[in-house]
Amino acid sequence: MKSITKQKTTEEIQQGLKGLDRVFVVGCGTCTTMTKTGGIDQVEEIKGRLQQMGKRVTGSTVIPTACDDMTELSLKENEQFIRSADCILSLACALGVHRMSLSLGKPVIPGVDTLFIGVEETPGFFREACAQCGQCILGETAGICPITACHKGLVNGPCGGTNNGRCEVDKEKDCAWTLIYNRLNAQGRLELMHRYQPPRNHHVALKPRAVKIV
Amino acid sequence: MVSRFKEALNSGKFVITSEVAPPKGTNLDKMRHHIDILKDKVDAINVTDHQSSVMRFPSLGGCLAIKEKGGEAILQMTCRDRNRMALEADLLFAHSRGIGNVLCLTGDAVPVGDHKEAKGVFDLDSLQLLKTIRQMAAGQDLGGNKLEGVIEFCAGAIVTPEARPIEPQLIKFEKKVEAGAEFFQTQAIYDLENFARFMEYARKLKTKILAGIVLLSSARMAKYMTENVPGIFVPQNLIDELAATPKDKVLAKGIEIAGRTIATLKKAAICQGVHIMAIGKEEVVPDILAAAGL
Ligand code: SF4
Ligand code: SF4
Repeated sequence: MKSITKQKTTEEIQQGLKGLDRVFVVGCGTCTTMTKTGGIDQVEEIKGRLQQMGKRVTGSTVIPTACDDMTELSLKENEQFIRSADCILSLACALGVHRMSLSLGKPVIPGVDTLFIGVEETPGFFREACAQCGQCILGETAGICPITACHKGLVNGPCGGTNNGRCEVDKEKDCAWTLIYNRLNAQGRLELMHRYQPPRNHHVALKPRAVKIV
Repeated sequence: MVSRFKEALNSGKFVITSEVAPPKGTNLDKMRHHIDILKDKVDAINVTDHQSSVMRFPSLGGCLAIKEKGGEAILQMTCRDRNRMALEADLLFAHSRGIGNVLCLTGDAVPVGDHKEAKGVFDLDSLQLLKTIRQMAAGQDLGGNKLEGVIEFCAGAIVTPEARPIEPQLIKFEKKVEAGAEFFQTQAIYDLENFARFMEYARKLKTKILAGIVLLSSARMAKYMTENVPGIFVPQNLIDELAATPKDKVLAKGIEIAGRTIATLKKAAICQGVHIMAIGKEEVVPDILAAAGL
């Protein structure tokens, strides 16, 4: 499971750094390294781009896992360089931005967009498999999530847009309900698809969601 | 009050519906003109709901325009743009203004339309919308609260007989019948053999099927639809027939094909009626009906 990100464009980064001239760059050794959006190489690359934009780079680091509680320590180690910067540019995902914002009090500007939590299906191919809806129905849909894999999140079967087993919005994407049908059929459990699924309960966990484990 | 359209469905006659598309803007002249052409020729007129996810004047407004002219309206409602509260509220309003028929649709995906950055809602799906109508007719909203004054609609849905694969589509179709769909308007059908096979299946379920007739206006359009519109398949012989027709006669040919399809469906009593979609050429619907001998 990985937090999947995409680098913002140079223009977007420039916009985010408007009025912030001294920049400390932070990457992450876990997810953004894996997706090549914020590992060592990308941090080095963006430093060059920042200089071209006329920014002063006061330093950089790649935190092993930017979303965990060791982040504070890593930032502390670099405190003098961060203190002399106007902001931190984060090439960690948004969870890393949250973490970094908790210490040192410097503005943290995201350099990547966080897209989804994905699984690596084949090397280098990441796919969203779960949208964390809080009421899992995978048991009735043969392990394929219609909330996530169907463009419209339909839970009662396909729309009229199925195009030879592909989705109406993207000929490259499988229609989730063709996949679900095929797998339920192979499992001899098609009766599950005949079952009426009531409207989803969006009250199941109110935003912002939080859990305390004791 | 039973809707006029429902009476027609129950009368056993061959039912004919057609549709109008509201404008992008406030100039209703063209839509009103189309309503004038259609209202006495068909049993009911659908009003599309931001069809193909293109923002337009609302379906509800179009239905009121039909009512004003004494016509019978079918309110198309998609689940793409409104959450359950907004859908319920629109049902209350539609009923209060004498609209008696609703066609429940999931709705096209947002990115196929002209507001690609909008949020697709899909809080309900077509099936859940059908159930909502039944529940509200029984006096209760989706929050479980009692309604002061209930709704009453002849509620229908759509089905795609040419869907590939067809099996998942048929399961959904069955679920819609169970959820109380009293009629179905199908996606365009051209291959009558395939449609007859579908009808063999559909006949076992207690519902009425109106076959979708989309006017073919050129060989190019027919080819385009087959290749690009999910759930539409135009057999090669029809494409050839259109291609062999001189350019100035091709619309007449399309009318002839539509008319002959309708006549066959009626004569062989394959289904209970047709839904004619002329897509911008509403003026020719009376010609299609004449070509069908109706
Ligand atoms: S139903 Fe889908 S989105 Fe919901 S928890 Fe299960 S996999 Fe995740
Ligand atoms: S084509 Fe399939 S995956 Fe795409 S929106 Fe329709 S049901 Fe969902």
